[in-house]
Amino acid sequence: MLTILFDGLAYGMLLFVLACGLSVTLGLMNFINLAHGAFAMAGGYCTVIVVNRLGVPFALGLPIAFLVTAIIGGLFERTLYVHVYAKPHLDQVLFTIGLVFMAVAATDYVMGSSQQFVQIPEALQGQFNVFGIGMGKYRLLIIVICGLLTIALQLMLTKTRFGSRLRAAVDDQRVARGLGINVGAVFAVTFAFGSGLAGLGGALGAEILGLDPTFPLKYMIYFLIVVTVGGTSSITGPFLASILLGIGDVAGKYYVPKLGAFAIYAIMIVVLLWRPQGLFARSTAR
Amino acid sequence: MPLADDVSAYLKQRARWSPLEIAFWIFAFATIWLFPGKYLIMKDTAILALFALSLDLILGYAGILSLGQAAFFGIAGYFSGLVAKYGIINEPVVALILGGLVAAALGFVTSFLVLRGSDLTRLMVTLGVSLMLYEVANRYSDITGGADGLQGVTVAPIFGLFRFDLYGHNGYVYCLIVLFVCFVIVRRIVYSPFGLSLRAVKGNALRAAAVGIPVKWRLVAIYTIAAGFAGIAGALLTQTTAFCSLDVFSLDRSADLLLVLIIGGTGYLYGGLIGAVIYRFLQDWISTLTPQYWQFWIGLVLVVIVLVGRDRIGAANEAVRNTIYRLCTRLMPRPAALRGAAPDGT
Amino acid sequence: MAILETIGLEKRFGGIVAARDVSLAVEKGARHALIGPNGAGKTTVINLLTGVLKPTAGRIMLDGRDITALDPHQRVRLGMARTFQINQLFLDLTPLETIGLAVSERLGSGGDWWRLVGSKTAVTDEIVEIVERFRLADVMHERTAILPYGKQRLLEIALAFACRPHVLLLDEPAAGVPEAERHELLATIAALPAEVTVLLIEHDMDLVFSFADRISVLVNGSLFVDGAPEDVARDPRVKAVYLGEEADA
Repeated sequence: MLTILFDGLAYGMLLFVLACGLSVTLGLMNFINLAHGAFAMAGGYCTVIVVNRLGVPFALGLPIAFLVTAIIGGLFERTLYVHVYAKPHLDQVLFTIGLVFMAVAATDYVMGSSQQFVQIPEALQGQFNVFGIGMGKYRLLIIVICGLLTIALQLMLTKTRFGSRLRAAVDDQRVARGLGINVGAVFAVTFAFGSGLAGLGGALGAEILGLDPTFPLKYMIYFLIVVTVGGTSSITGPFLASILLGIGDVAGKYYVPKLGAFAIYAIMIVVLLWRPQGLFARSTAR
Repeated sequence: MPLADDVSAYLKQRARWSPLEIAFWIFAFATIWLFPGKYLIMKDTAILALFALSLDLILGYAGILSLGQAAFFGIAGYFSGLVAKYGIINEPVVALILGGLVAAALGFVTSFLVLRGSDLTRLMVTLGVSLMLYEVANRYSDITGGADGLQGVTVAPIFGLFRFDLYGHNGYVYCLIVLFVCFVIVRRIVYSPFGLSLRAVKGNALRAAAVGIPVKWRLVAIYTIAAGFAGIAGALLTQTTAFCSLDVFSLDRSADLLLVLIIGGTGYLYGGLIGAVIYRFLQDWISTLTPQYWQFWIGLVLVVIVLVGRDRIGAANEAVRNTIYRLCTRLMPRPAALRGAAPDGT
Repeated sequence: MAILETIGLEKRFGGIVAARDVSLAVEKGARHALIGPNGAGKTTVINLLTGVLKPTAGRIMLDGRDITALDPHQRVRLGMARTFQINQLFLDLTPLETIGLAVSERLGSGGDWWRLVGSKTAVTDEIVEIVERFRLADVMHERTAILPYGKQRLLEIALAFACRPHVLLLDEPAAGVPEAERHELLATIAALPAEVTVLLIEHDMDLVFSFADRISVLVNGSLFVDGAPEDVARDPRVKAVYLGEEADA
């Protein structure tokens, strides 16, 4: 049972790293970016190419995935997304679905449709056996990296000037602009960073989640669940939501395999019925 | 009172079938004899048109953003397939109507989820419901056939007389008639006081409540009705192809539907129909060019449409419609008091 | 007999008290004005009366019936309608459709999905009567979004009136109306039938004193003064609140 908790924790933290960029984007610009999963996929494939084919060590492959995806994210933001911010939600949904379709088809064309695996170094394969709990070494690495990232993110948000500008802009964009905060720049940097994180998550998660061209479509719903349940006004909301969903999904699939992912969707619907603003959002409506 | 007569005549005229509409349907039925080799693609188009009409009801008239119409499409699809396969109901028309009712029941139950929260919440919940159904259908593959689809469905002849033949002739006529009947019903709804109240709710829900409209119940009602029509479309697909598979619940289907409505325009009833025709022929054309990467081009079309501007496309769409309408009115003069009334009530 | 009454009405938003112990009685057939400085809570009171906001304490009685727990659309059915300070109209509908909608709803055809709008003569006759009363006949086929502001304001009131309320709540009806269109608006308000009770929020003192037969003054969420216009005008406390200092009579 504890192994399930451990696995669920790893899964949940991975989901968090993947989804937090989406949460901030939604909270900041009220923009529904369904293509977020495509950035994760890009990071995954980037690492596959760099580690498997170019022989770069795994430890370097992860930051490279982050950087490459962040740059791609920044470029897309400045050239494409910026035209769509002011449009109604339906348009944003259509736009990002269109991007996802293009990304999926393009990846299929370039990389083929079979699942790809990252070559994980020897040291990370296998398990530790602690008090009878089988802790996969790779999963342990995920927990450690994601945990550190979460702490770093929280510190950055609360202790740095950029962080306070970001929080101000999320809270009330107009007032933030009125105070002289360059909301456009804040958003560009945040979007790039969020995409980079997604890419990192994709690279880390290739082993656990499975990397193939349909990744963005398969996992989009998970990211959206994290964001809707966790709310968009903090880091802790999506974090707790991710953990809840990670453990819920793993436990659900183990104990009631007949229903599979059904449990997650049911949880999401129940939560949204109870609190339409998300489990951890502020009570004031946006 | 001359003004009263004017108003009364105007309101009645508003709902009258315009010559353009009549011509549209005459042509639609004429296709049965005009294009005998194309029954299958035309049948697909008719089903897609009905499906799009159901989404137009909630999106174009009530303003509900939904990615989950596929849930209702699929549940009725499986229902009608299963009752045909196991011989529970042997008359297709009965199965069709019951399938619609099953979908409407699901719509009613899930409508309460759609009332609360923001646009994103609605998107999530509607998508979540159809993905849940996908999972359920996948898991219970011993009943549904899982990824392989529902096999061994044999559909009895309609009224015991009209067998579903290989060329698709009877299937197409069946779909076209069902589409027309459903369209007439939807048209009545839209021009009724209920339909008007929906447009008010979409325009300004706060004021609608302040005028005495029970907003919540109207939305529940239209969501349920739209689900029913989506279900009828799904049942039609299963009955005419004797097959039903998991992709009836997929995101692809809901996304394609949105695209159809964007192309055709929302809020004037014919958007779904025209959009379906354009979409289907677009799909056919692109598939012959690049059979495998169809999804890429659809994605590109979506991105371009949004960047160009949906309102510009809608305006262009409306301009084309108005030009055609003006050309037709030149041929048939109307009384001066009714000037300014377009056939779709705008 | 008071047709609309509030008893100890209170509304808190967290630590802020927007309305405090408001006990207001509006007589049947009255022309009652609610005035007060900006931020006094006048619109909050209207929102509480119509059900847009739920009170933290107190009760609201309409025609002797406790309506505190009812939804907004239910209160409309019982005979209370309002206008909004900033126009809340259906921009894509025409005035004819807008008024037709309200009349249909009231006459019970709102849920009717089979009949066509306009098939009942009772409805069309009433639409015409309202359109003429509110001087909208010349614009009734235009989309609301393109109407001049004065006409929109008239439509705003016409829409509330189409609900045939016993009590009509007007939230700053003259606000933002250009000088040229004011006269039409004020004349229309003055011509409202005597059986309709009107509660008016206004800043325009000329309108208030020419229209009202009773005035309540709201300050910082509490009822300050309540009485006949002459008494309120003479009250030194009211002058102090509005002018911030002792003023000569």
